[in-house]
Amino acid sequence: MSHEPGQTAERPARVVVTGPPRRHHGRGRGAPYRPRTEIHEQTTLGHTYVRSLMRTQLRTALAVFAVLAALVAPLPLLFAAAPHGRVLEWAVLGFCLYPPLVLLARWHVRRAERHERDFVRLVEDQDR
Amino acid sequence: MNESHAVAAVALVVVATALVGAFGLRVSRTTSDFYVASRTVGPRLNAAAISGEYLSAASFLGIAGLVLVQGPDMLWYPVGYTAGYLLLLIFVAAPLRRSGAYTLPDFAEARLASPGVRKLASGFVVGIGWLYLMPQLQGAGLTLKVLTGAPGTLGSVIVAVVVVANVAAGGMRSITFVQAFQYWLKLTALLVPALFLVLAWRGDGAPTRAFDEPAAFREQRTVRVQDTVEIRLAGPLAVTVHGRVDGRPYDGDRISLTAGVHTVEAGSRLRLPAGAPVPAARGAGDTALSDSASAPQGERPLHATYGLIIATFLGTMGLPHVVVRFYTSPNGVAARRTTVVVLGLIGAFYLLPPVYGALARMYAPELVLTGNTDAAVLLLPDRMIGGVGGDLLGALVAGGAFAAFLSTASGLTVALAGVIAQDALPSRGIRHFRVGAVTAMAVPLAASVLAGRLPIADAVGLAFAVSASSFCPLLVLGIWWRRLTPPGAAAGMLVGGGSALAAVSVTLVGPHPATGVPHSLLAWPALWSVPLAFLTMILVSLATPGRVPPDTDAVLARFHLPEEIGGGPGRKENTA
Repeated sequence: MSHEPGQTAERPARVVVTGPPRRHHGRGRGAPYRPRTEIHEQTTLGHTYVRSLMRTQLRTALAVFAVLAALVAPLPLLFAAAPHGRVLEWAVLGFCLYPPLVLLARWHVRRAERHERDFVRLVEDQDR
Repeated sequence: MNESHAVAAVALVVVATALVGAFGLRVSRTTSDFYVASRTVGPRLNAAAISGEYLSAASFLGIAGLVLVQGPDMLWYPVGYTAGYLLLLIFVAAPLRRSGAYTLPDFAEARLASPGVRKLASGFVVGIGWLYLMPQLQGAGLTLKVLTGAPGTLGSVIVAVVVVANVAAGGMRSITFVQAFQYWLKLTALLVPALFLVLAWRGDGAPTRAFDEPAAFREQRTVRVQDTVEIRLAGPLAVTVHGRVDGRPYDGDRISLTAGVHTVEAGSRLRLPAGAPVPAARGAGDTALSDSASAPQGERPLHATYGLIIATFLGTMGLPHVVVRFYTSPNGVAARRTTVVVLGLIGAFYLLPPVYGALARMYAPELVLTGNTDAAVLLLPDRMIGGVGGDLLGALVAGGAFAAFLSTASGLTVALAGVIAQDALPSRGIRHFRVGAVTAMAVPLAASVLAGRLPIADAVGLAFAVSASSFCPLLVLGIWWRRLTPPGAAAGMLVGGGSALAAVSVTLVGPHPATGVPHSLLAWPALWSVPLAFLTMILVSLATPGRVPPDTDAVLARFHLPEEIGGGPGRKENTA
């Protein structure tokens, strides 16, 4: 909008649009590929792609969380109720719980990376 | 104990830290180096650095001390510290890295585009960071005091000065090297003495008294009580007393204390017979908070254990120095892989503190009475091995303990300096980062010098509870739920984090030991404050549907898409 004296009454107040600088990783992709472009241009179809990925990843995360909860939540009750609860507590908390934690983490990373690879392949296959 | 070895070891760690930091100074050139080590840190180095930074005084000294006093229930702390990384991994790690923000306030702003929520998040980051820095400084003071008899503040001041100098000089890049180095130092410093201690224990006939309840004295032992303590006896106990007990003076008299609570005044000496159960001390070392935490085992209610589990499992993801580390990974995939390596590294480390705790229950149970339980790890080598070997191993442990204070304090200072420089000071240049670093350290140093001492692990537990009730819901809902609104986020953080903080403050300064369910619910607030925070955040967000930021879909796409696809336009470009 340019300055036009005499229109001051109706002219909406000028707004300076700013935002924090954002990184752009635009690597100069030229041709308008389909799903990729849909995602970038945030059409409804693009959102559907993103949502499906999010749902898959969230499902994996919740599965790991459920296993962890099932593993850990009964333990305090068990220690309180079992006849040799104290000795059991030393063994489980001091040692036995760590390997399952690492294994769960590795399983999650494998699944999450596979989902992402599948997603990339899906998008690129359709691009072609 | 021969103190010169230990002093030399501590000096060596301090000098080595300064030198590695100075090396970083030469490679740290740009502002980006200062803040995020230019995002070029690979998973192995970064994982060692994260672990080095994370294993604090609470891990190194505090866990063994707590296990000594309260038994194996306290092993939930190291389990929770480790499992916290699993939850961080599955819900937060990769999206957090892809959000491209540097601090938690950055994340809040990127997700919700609200300066108000950003300010609130900054406040919580600084508060949690200060809470967490204080015990590091106190631990340093305690270590130096136990080793040399130096006044308690000297160690705190040394750590504060070295850390601020290092951080201000080199920023994130040099800190990465320092912390990776310190992980291995800490592991060695606990592992090597532990091997010798276990050998000494085997040579002693491998007694299994550690697992008895309660801990008992193996031989006749004389205990000098430094601060006036109240001890609670489960049954009658015959002791020989020099000093005052229950207000009455004794001079080498053999008396029989009845079951119940007795007051032993400062300076008294008690000689306890072999086989006597170790009395539970209350109020040792002026620790009001420990009333709740250090209630004798058996009285520790189940819901307190669950509160502890929730706080540590969910609190890790909101700790300022943990989160900042993820921004130094080159991409989301690397952030995830880094987290797995971290889990392995800290899991391996946490196999050691229980060993020390168990040995301390057999060989140093009188620390419970003197109120110096946090010193158990430091004293065991001398107690069990003695001689030059004991001195050298003790020196190694002392050096490792100092590495723990230095690394955690460094990480926290970097994180806080970043937030203070960005949100409280006018611009984010290197000079302001340095001002931020000084501010970040000055307040907790003053507090730890002026205020009484909290037990190390309890103070850290408090920081975890506040973090779990404020940042955990913000991160989880912010990353996975598109209907989160700025008012919802702000309300949830205020209600959750605020009530957790208030509850613990009430138990700290409130009228004396209220016991029972209400008290332990206040002392371990995570059990109700975390669900409350989630609920508030969700309900207020649902009530303000019009305030969902317009570019939410674009932001979430950026969080979740792999870099090779998600590296497209940022927000605001195609939404208009």
